[in-house]
Formats: sequence, structure tokens, C-alpha cells
Amino acid sequence: MPENEVALSIRGLTTTFSNGNGGLLVFDGLDLEIADSEFVCLLGPSGSGKSTLLRTVAALLPPSSGEIRLKGKPADGAPPSVGIVFQDANLMPWRTVLDNILLPLDVKGWDPERALACANEMVGLVGLQGFEDVYPHDLSGGMAQRVAIGRALVHDPDLLLLDEPFGALDALRREQMGMELLRIWEARRKTVLMVTHDISEALLLADRVLVFTERPARVALDVRIDLPRPRLAELRYTAEFTQLARKIHSAIK
Amino acid sequence: MALKRTNKWLANHPLWLGVFSLGLGTLGWYAIIWAGELPPFILPAPHEVLARFSRALSEGILLRHAWVTLQEVLGGLLFGSGLAVTFGYALAKSKFLERLLAPYVIASQAIPTVAVAPLLVIWFGPGVISKVLVCALIVFFPILINTLFGVRNVPEELRDLMRSLQATPAQTFRMLEVPAALPVLLGGLRIGATLAVIGAVVGEFVGADKGLGYLLNLARGQYDVAMVFVTIFSLVLMALSLYGLVVLAERLLLRWRRPENEERIMIAEVERLQ
Repeated sequence: MPENEVALSIRGLTTTFSNGNGGLLVFDGLDLEIADSEFVCLLGPSGSGKSTLLRTVAALLPPSSGEIRLKGKPADGAPPSVGIVFQDANLMPWRTVLDNILLPLDVKGWDPERALACANEMVGLVGLQGFEDVYPHDLSGGMAQRVAIGRALVHDPDLLLLDEPFGALDALRREQMGMELLRIWEARRKTVLMVTHDISEALLLADRVLVFTERPARVALDVRIDLPRPRLAELRYTAEFTQLARKIHSAIK
Repeated sequence: MALKRTNKWLANHPLWLGVFSLGLGTLGWYAIIWAGELPPFILPAPHEVLARFSRALSEGILLRHAWVTLQEVLGGLLFGSGLAVTFGYALAKSKFLERLLAPYVIASQAIPTVAVAPLLVIWFGPGVISKVLVCALIVFFPILINTLFGVRNVPEELRDLMRSLQATPAQTFRMLEVPAALPVLLGGLRIGATLAVIGAVVGEFVGADKGLGYLLNLARGQYDVAMVFVTIFSLVLMALSLYGLVVLAERLLLRWRRPENEERIMIAEVERLQ
């Protein structure tokens, strides 16, 4: 991959969690590259370190050794500009929809007028016009997750990290939100690294699917998804789709 | 049938229900006096208490003493909660400090305030300051505990979110910890407001020449039982007003907790699904 097209590069990442008897080796020299504007889905057995990787990339968790570069900048020096969506929307209940989306801009000290314009545009993009002044208390799970996505994107981060963002939603809502995410992604073309357990969700969304092994995690499968876009839910009944799904399924042990 | 209908009507009109309850209580009061043939120096009738109240009010005694007690209560509440919030926050942020100070904090709760009040009066004199300190002491613990829990219970994921945005500690404090801990803190203040009134009276009982507690003691000594009732009711009124003020502050500051127009959102969601 040419240097200028790499959005995220991970070199020799080693992470050890200390517990009672010695350490828990999560990564032992993991190498990974993600291209600019690429949508990558990360699958793997539970406890294989998917969330740990996301937290490490977001500089929430220091690696034991190794290097993480975001757009060429090392993640530990100049702080990375990332947006995160967790499994739970994690909205601030005392802030309205609009104010929740404004939060990153408040923290970064944007000019209020410019911040408000930006946040209002984001409210439109995630489809929440008319709900600006509603408190999270009154939102459904799907709507709360839309706010979370808006909040993660509003400061125009270099990388969007999604940690099973629709894991708490029911199947129907989950599929809808996947489609919404695609629409938003196509409007903004961010580099996305998303952890999921759902193979067909990964296949509908991603340009590339990575499957982790058990701890210490290595990349067991790295497959490019060349299914035509825009992708619709019907795609999953095609032979090509099932073939890919089977391949990924057998790679997750 | 008629009783059932009255019941329903009262349940829908809380103000009239209050009046009704008050009337019933007064009637019961008269009934006790009548049944026990009690003289006024044991249990004065409601109208006698009311007459004593208006006399104390017009003479200016009641307001003068109530004002002193109110100052003590507010001073104690301010000082005690300020101290408690500071300590509570420090304890919430540092496990080491918590372990170091926990024995003292627990001990401060185990010592009955009534027992410490005489000491405070000896050390700080019979004036306002010793009462402020008694009030502060009595409100300290509940507000400390509430602050501690409020700050400790800030969701870890929201902390992660702030960290991922490179928020400074001051920003995390202002944008996350304060609003997240506010409901619990105000809950502590609500308890503290009524406790502070008790603290002031305890302090005034021990040694004072002003305040409602002093007035109550004086009236008791003169067998002016109607006046005892007047001061008790004044204290209740003060405690309730302070409590009401905190509830009002909660309503204003915690508007986000009130569920509003649930229907509108449900409808919008259903439309979105179709």
C-alpha cells in the first residue's frame, strides 16, 4: 500500500494485561494496515482482543510495545483524532440531542457559531431533524445510536471506531441502522474500523473483513469484499454472499 | 358510593386533599383535648396556638429568633456542604485518600451530634458560630457520601469518551462529573436541609440566648406550651421551606430527567419504521 493511502498502520503491537498469575498476552506483534476511506469490519472469537484493539487505537489503552500511526502521525505523541461509538449509545442524559452532538466541538473549543452550524448539519445527516431539543431519556435505542454516530463524526475525525454499535438493537432495527450507517459513510467517506459479531452485517457494510484468532490475536483471515455498492439487504441471498459468509464463518473458531 | 366518589375527587385534587387532611388532623387534636379533659398547659387547643402565634408574630419575637436560626442553618448548610463536596470529590478521585480518611469519616458519623454540641459551644462560644458548626457537622456526612457516590458512579464509558476527545481534567470536571453527580448531590442537599434545622436547634438547646431553640426552651420553662407549639411549627415550616427550595432547584437543574412528550417520539419512531 502506498504510504499516502494508509490511514491507520499498526506495527508490532504487543499488549499484555497483568493479572494475578503473570500476564495475559492479547497481542504479540500484531501488524495491520487500513487504507484511507476503507470500511473494515473486524470479527473473531469473543475475548480475542477486538475491543482492546479499538481502545488501543483510540489511545485509551497504552500498548506494551509497538507503534500505531494514524495518517502517518504516531498515536501516542500528537493525540489521534478519532470518533468512537460504543455498544451502548453512552449519551449524556443532561444534554439534548443537539448538545450531545455538540460535545466534541465544545471540548475542542470551536467557535460556537461554527460549531452549531456543524452540529445542525450532522443532526440532518443522521436523520434526527425535529429532535434537536429532545433529551436522551425520550429516545429509542436506534435513535440514541444515531446521536452517538453523529457525535462521533461531528469533529471530522481521521478515523471512526465502532465497537459493536448495533449489538444492543433487535435484528430488524440492526439491519436498518446498518443501512443508515452505509448512507452516512457514503456521505462522509471516513476510514472505519468496526467490531461486530454479525457476519452478514460485516458483508453488507465492509470493503474488507478481518478475522482475528484466539489470544494472542493474529489476523486469521483478511478478505476483500468486492460486492457491488450500493448494497441492499437482498444481496445476502446471492451465491457470492453465502460463499463469503461460509469462508468467514469457518475462519472464526 | 358517595364516599367512593369523594375519594376519587380528592385524589384528583391534591390541594383539597391537603386541606382535608389538615382539617382531619385539627379535629383529632380537639377530640384528644376533649376526651382527656386536658388543660392548656398540657395541650393547648389549635385556636390557642394560633392566637399565641399571631401575638408572637406581632411582638416581633418570633421573626427575630427565627431569623437567627435561619442564619445558622444557612451558614451551616453552606459551610458543611462546601466542605463535604470538596472532601467527597477528593475521596472519589483517590483511593489512597479514601483509605486514609475513611476511619475519621465513619467516626464523624458514629459520634452523636448532641454529644459534640456542648464541646463546640465551649470552644466557640454561645454565639452563632458554634451553631453553624453543629449544623455543618450534621450535614457533612450525608452530603459527603452522596458526592462520593455521585462522582464514583460517573459511567466509565463517558470518561473514555472524554478521554478520546482529549478533554482536559477541568473539562471532564465541568462537562461530565458535575452534571453526572448533580442529581445525587442534590439528593444529599435535600436531606441536609432538614438535618441542618435539627442541628441548629440542638446547638441552641445547649447554650444560646437567641434562636428558635432558645425560644422553645424559654417557653417550656414558663409552661407556655402554646408557645412551644408555635416554635415547633415554625421549625417545621423552616425545614419544609428549605426542602422545597432544594426540590425547586432539582426541578430547574434536572429538567432532563422529566419524561416529556413520550407519545410524539413513539409516533415518529413508528413512522420511521414504515
